[in-house]
Amino acid sequence: MSLHTETIASLRRKLTAKEISPTDIVQDLLKRIESVDPKVQGYLRVNAEAALQQAKVADLNRPLGGIPIAIKDNINEKGEDCTCASQILKGYIAPYDATVTAQLKAAGAILLGRTNMDEFAMGSSTEHSSFQKTSNPWKLDHIPGGSSGGSAAVVAANEAIASLGSDTGGSIRQPAALCGCVGLKPTYGRVSRYGLVAFASSLDQIGPFTKTVEDSALLLQAIAGHDVMENTSRTVEVPDYSASLKQPVKGLRIGIPKEYFGEGIDPEVAAAIKKSIDWFSAEGAEIKEISLPHTHAAIAVYYIIATAEASANLARFDGVRYGHRTSTIGDPLTIYCKSRAEGFGPEVKRRIILGTYVLSSGYYDAYYNRAQKVRQLLRRDFTNAFQGCDVILTPTAPTPAFKVGEKMNDPLQMYLADIFTIAVNLAEVCGISIPCGFSSGKLPIGLQLIGSHFQEGTLFRAAHAYEQAHDWYKQRPLL
Amino acid sequence: MAGLARLELNADETEKFQKQLGNILEFVEALQKIDISSVPDAAIDCSLTTNVLRVDEIRPSLTAEDVVRNAPKSSNNLIIMPKIVE
Repeated sequence: MSLHTETIASLRRKLTAKEISPTDIVQDLLKRIESVDPKVQGYLRVNAEAALQQAKVADLNRPLGGIPIAIKDNINEKGEDCTCASQILKGYIAPYDATVTAQLKAAGAILLGRTNMDEFAMGSSTEHSSFQKTSNPWKLDHIPGGSSGGSAAVVAANEAIASLGSDTGGSIRQPAALCGCVGLKPTYGRVSRYGLVAFASSLDQIGPFTKTVEDSALLLQAIAGHDVMENTSRTVEVPDYSASLKQPVKGLRIGIPKEYFGEGIDPEVAAAIKKSIDWFSAEGAEIKEISLPHTHAAIAVYYIIATAEASANLARFDGVRYGHRTSTIGDPLTIYCKSRAEGFGPEVKRRIILGTYVLSSGYYDAYYNRAQKVRQLLRRDFTNAFQGCDVILTPTAPTPAFKVGEKMNDPLQMYLADIFTIAVNLAEVCGISIPCGFSSGKLPIGLQLIGSHFQEGTLFRAAHAYEQAHDWYKQRPLL
Repeated sequence: MAGLARLELNADETEKFQKQLGNILEFVEALQKIDISSVPDAAIDCSLTTNVLRVDEIRPSLTAEDVVRNAPKSSNNLIIMPKIVE
């Protein structure tokens, strides 16, 4: 039985028909993980015993009953390690469940394990994990993308039926594109951030990695919604996302932003995206060229706002109440400085220092305030664009996955990899990446669809139609 | 800056970061050229929500034991740190 190759939807059908049991699924996945994860290194920890226990008591009447899901290691799961792939949280055990964790449990899902990531979600390749390097399942000497590289890789490699990740500047969509699976960043406020270790509080969102768009709708259904514990989560009604899957593409207005199709895009990526635009057009969608004029400023705005917020959010890691405390004897200031120096990796330190700088007196106006204002201009770009179109189509990443180590020496080069995903977080809108082809080197290429606030249904509609008319989603790496 | 960020850096890191952060700051200079005159000062709020309030009632929370469990050094449900005030 190769249940590990199946989807949430197909497994739910088999479970309900009593053809298989949750234990069958977990056992098959554990075998697959044993066989393949030594090469992929997507998991930081596999909770084999706990998963088998949960499988025995899984309630099949719940929407995700019996389905094993992996979770990025920055989302709290009570009683489990939550390291954010950082030495500073090595050994930290979550005293509570994140809301999404509780929601998965309430939906009957089985929590299979904790996945690798860039430290504190800062990175685009998962190379900044302080524990291990995750490989792209399609080419093991290539990166899986980041920061949710582990969550993407385990789904792509059939080591999990689905997973959760987090996205602050593209950290779900970009690894989904590079690993050839479906990754959704919901609208800011759609999913609760309670229990997600905060990186940039005005940008972070938790979202699903799945093998199909249908599964993405199923998983979003389980985690979307208002949370009294998280005051940026919205009370906007959660629609029936699966219903949008049946809607046709005809008449959909698709905006193609000219700023996203300029220099720096790999020609094979450009070609694959162009083909997909042609497909939508042939299906009766209306294709319109649009402009998002402040696109060029997005990365700069992001690296000021995100690092500023990160410097504040990471101030709590001081060696006092939890996490690593230096063994150096000294006064509290020494404890803070040394604990943090010992516990944080270089990328985290870089961003904390940059964030501190842009918030410091004398520079706050020039950098942080200005960036916040330009952010408003970026949001207006999207609001204006969505007056005339339902969905915006772009490449997810400018190139397919790059080789391990290729961008580690130049942080700025690494940041530029986020160019197509980053504005979506700044504007707080939703975005999904779906497979749309392969490079000549057999590396996945991703297509991004961007929707207006709380219009995930429109994304599912367009994405599902495209997916089902193509074979990309059926292909899996040869591992 | 490292001091303000409560981060101790060694000489090697200081040198490397100075250069890398210098490059990044140069990159973000481009923001100075953008016309922001149409954005009012009060528009900083990025969230689509307004103030979220709740009634001041006690709700179940973490126990002291849960909280202290991850502390590097603790005793009697108290976290132990070096003296701050001499």
